[in-house]
Amino acid sequence: MSDLPDRAHVVVIGAGIVGNCIVGHLADKGWKEIVLVDKGPLPDPGGSTGHASNFIFPVDHGKEIAMLTLDSQRQYEAMGIQVSPGGIEVARTEERMEELRRRMASAKAWGVESELISNERIKELVPFVNTDILLGGFWTPSVSVVDSLQAGTIMRQKAIDASALTVSANTEVEDLEVEDGRIKAVVTDRGRIECEYVIVACGVWSPKIAAMAGATIPLTPAVHQMIDVGPIPALEETRAEIAFPIVRDMDTNMYERQNGGDMEVGSYAHRPILHMPEDIPSIEEAQLSPTQLPLSQEDFDPQMEDALELMPDLLDTPGAGVKHGIDGLLSLTPDGGPILGETIEVKGLWSAAAVWIKEGPGVGRMIAEWMTDGEPEIDPHGADIARFTPHQRTWKHIRARTSEGFNKTYGIVHPREQWESDRDQRHSTFHPRTKALGAVYFEAGTWERPQWYESNAPLVEEFGVADREHEWDRRWWSPIINAEHLAMRERAAMIDLTAFSIYEVKGAGACEYLQRMVVANVDRPIGRIMYTPVLTHKGGFRSDLTVVRLGWDHYRIITGGGDWGRDLKWFTDHLPSDGSAFLYDVTNAWCTAGVWGPRARDIVQSVTEHDLSNEAFPFGQAQQVEVNGIPTLMLRISYVGDLGWEIHAPMEHGLKLWDTLWEAGQPHGMIAAGGGVYGTTGRIEKGYRLMGAELESEYNPVEAGLAFPKVKAADFNGKENYLKARESEPIAKMCSLTVEDHTSKAGIKRFMNGGEPILTTDGQRIADAHGRPSFVTTAGSGPSVGKHILLAYLPTEHAEEGNELLVEYMNEHYPVVVRSNTRNGIFDPDDTRMKA
Amino acid sequence: MALNILVAVKRVPAPGAKIVLTEDAQRIDTKHLGFTVSPHEECAVEEAVQLTGQHGGESTVLTLGPEVAEEQLRTAISMGINHGVLVATDDEEWDAIATAAALTDAITTLEAERGAFDLILFGNESADAGNYQVGVRVAHALDRPVVSGIKDIEVTGDGVTMKRAVDDGFEVMQLPLPAVAAVKEGINLPRYPAMRGRLIAKKAQIRHITPEQRQGGLSRVRLRHPQQDQTETQILGTGAEAAPAVARIFEEVGLL
Repeated sequence: MSDLPDRAHVVVIGAGIVGNCIVGHLADKGWKEIVLVDKGPLPDPGGSTGHASNFIFPVDHGKEIAMLTLDSQRQYEAMGIQVSPGGIEVARTEERMEELRRRMASAKAWGVESELISNERIKELVPFVNTDILLGGFWTPSVSVVDSLQAGTIMRQKAIDASALTVSANTEVEDLEVEDGRIKAVVTDRGRIECEYVIVACGVWSPKIAAMAGATIPLTPAVHQMIDVGPIPALEETRAEIAFPIVRDMDTNMYERQNGGDMEVGSYAHRPILHMPEDIPSIEEAQLSPTQLPLSQEDFDPQMEDALELMPDLLDTPGAGVKHGIDGLLSLTPDGGPILGETIEVKGLWSAAAVWIKEGPGVGRMIAEWMTDGEPEIDPHGADIARFTPHQRTWKHIRARTSEGFNKTYGIVHPREQWESDRDQRHSTFHPRTKALGAVYFEAGTWERPQWYESNAPLVEEFGVADREHEWDRRWWSPIINAEHLAMRERAAMIDLTAFSIYEVKGAGACEYLQRMVVANVDRPIGRIMYTPVLTHKGGFRSDLTVVRLGWDHYRIITGGGDWGRDLKWFTDHLPSDGSAFLYDVTNAWCTAGVWGPRARDIVQSVTEHDLSNEAFPFGQAQQVEVNGIPTLMLRISYVGDLGWEIHAPMEHGLKLWDTLWEAGQPHGMIAAGGGVYGTTGRIEKGYRLMGAELESEYNPVEAGLAFPKVKAADFNGKENYLKARESEPIAKMCSLTVEDHTSKAGIKRFMNGGEPILTTDGQRIADAHGRPSFVTTAGSGPSVGKHILLAYLPTEHAEEGNELLVEYMNEHYPVVVRSNTRNGIFDPDDTRMKA
Repeated sequence: MALNILVAVKRVPAPGAKIVLTEDAQRIDTKHLGFTVSPHEECAVEEAVQLTGQHGGESTVLTLGPEVAEEQLRTAISMGINHGVLVATDDEEWDAIATAAALTDAITTLEAERGAFDLILFGNESADAGNYQVGVRVAHALDRPVVSGIKDIEVTGDGVTMKRAVDDGFEVMQLPLPAVAAVKEGINLPRYPAMRGRLIAKKAQIRHITPEQRQGGLSRVRLRHPQQDQTETQILGTGAEAAPAVARIFEEVGLL
């Protein structure tokens, strides 16, 4: 039964949980002429939704995923297709217990009721668990099980009832037509549909479908194994689909979930088994379904032993056996996040892929809001398809990172943890020198960026820097960072900033275009540097960046290494259609070295004839400067709060620039410093905000303390809401806090890493009038102020300077004090050093 | 009396609705497929486990096939079979004559070591070739009585009673031991392989026997899909208006 129209407003490809939720939400938002196609039959067309375990553990360390999950649970509940048996994440090791304590903080931060429980309590809740091998558990009563196929049916029906949707099952997409960079039509085996928008919600097939339009969706189908064991009378007696809490055996990467009279045992412990979208069998060819491949038994055998150890009597019930086992296909992405948003290659072609059941309805809402309003309520920066660089879209990278990430599904992943696979892809031109200095590299937008330098180890003693006592607190960290920081503050430091993303804008309409894009007034004299928020239409943060006027019709935009793709798409999408301004990406043409510290002027002045005095080259200015014969652009700004410059040079001059500056710096005791100083210690002492941490679309510049004294006359994105926000006292303010006592109950000093909830002195969770929780957006040492500094949004009533609060870390509370509720940080709040 | 039972199985692909052939049409393309044994053979395994459970003794599962056919032996072991024997071939298909000859050799070898099998059970036919021959040929070569289509086995004092389903009931046969039977699906309800059984099976030693390949009688030309009849649907009408047309059709086919 299919009456495909030949025209539609939007065609959604894929009737799994994601596609169905999107059509429901689009209809809610008033969209008409929606067509939903799937090559399989309904309600289960054979994708990953059909074999999903359908359970939801709401606690996640990341805010974006946690918010999508909680929204999804609310939606499933409203549909009446959710039950909440609760769930326990059990620990077999002390390391896991520590992780569960960390999960308590995340639960508290996002407002989920959870509890650390003893073995006795585990036994009460799930009597058949062998607690002899456990140390304890993390109990979340709101862990739920949903009927994702029924949810899909309800969502489709909602859109049909609104006369907004035509559904066509058993309809295979054969081609996507693109005209002038815009999606034009979907060609199916039942006819061609012209349309303005196409949404690829095809799960594991998404890369193949997107490729029909020349677009990339960087995910890979991968196997998640599961078996059904039964019949088990102890479970049959409950006469329920699920009566016992779901048990996640975290240390073995497994879960056990009652499924009527059977126990479903699932695993993320086996070797990564990746497939290619083109090789997935058709519905007719598949033994069960295209995404339910035969179980590769030998990969699952070790997991059976683990499962039997955890539930020996139950799984060994006489007569019970493995009724069914599959290699179920699901979608994995290079960084583990979903892939949402308009593709970078084709206008009107959207991706809604790599989404779990637990996020499906939330993602449906997000996509519908994004397409209707230009932005969703929850900031999608971690899920935005535009975040991937060209290298991250290669199969080599996808395979390497998904293989590495697969076994981290239940892993203990440190907030600073670095990927090990497929590194050394993008090197700064300074790389040979930084490597010789013993740089420890962190990845930033696929660049290798020095985080600290082992050659600076002697500075630790020189500056008397203390190490951190607890392994977790010092993991992916070094006291060398703090020593580099102090050396910079006392002398000078050179920092490799080549990972910066740099675009240039040119054309007669360049000024007018940028005025529309950013908050700051960019119609300033040539050579002026403008730090500015970039707002969404609703007035929240889209990004923050630096704009330099290079000529009357020429600007340079400098933004973060990790923000390259998203910012490039945003700026490109908004270019004037009359061609009066154009934008090009010059990231790979320029290297950048920063030199900062009290001796910076002496050092740089010694290698140029250009006058670098404060009078000739004041703060906030950019000038073309010849440095030892190298044509550079020097920017007198700082993200670390000290005198100095960002020095941009053509990439091919990079080594010469480094050597020139390095040699000049030696008599002054200049060191090389890493991203640990630039991105954390230097910036956090100054209270500088970071996109994706402090800055996100849910907060506006007034709350972030980044509103300008004056508002320019020109119109710009988000202006109306920006003006509104300025008219009243903000309900929350970004604050700098310091930790006043680090000593844990065990008597060792602990150091927060970020993500922890801020609590009232009586231990109550804090959220503002909009329900936004107070949690640590960045944590780091402030070596010059001698304190561990935390940044967090606080409701205005808690944001008073001097106010005492608590931070929860590893299930313990530590006292903190609000030190600043403005953009001025704790160190040198008057900026005397930078402006010296 | 304690029984010594042998079950013979064959590894076959478990296809979906559409069976894909390799380009040379010599075999089924198994890229996406799992492997199994025929439902009859699953029942034969179950029957052996039940009989040794009732009477004591030991059971052995035997297959002729490539190295990977160990998977099917281990599945049988996880259901309760005691030993596994692989008559190892390369990956090519052997016909019924060659298979029966190699199995006979293997059985003779095994019996020389540990005594005669009281019962040798086959599935009624394999799931892929469906030649209905191997069991009969092996029994003939071993000079033992054989019956096929068996739906019930009862071991009595010195013999065995077997039942074969016929239109109106059962044929009941009494055989002396040792005997050979080809059993049919429905004789029992095979159990699921227990998790603990899987772990035992994983560690089980599989005995390998290298067969001498005899001349078979068949050679494969190619595989092809059977002709699909094109069906056509003609709508005669809706509601009461359709009645005369329906009556006409009934008359045509002789129902009225």
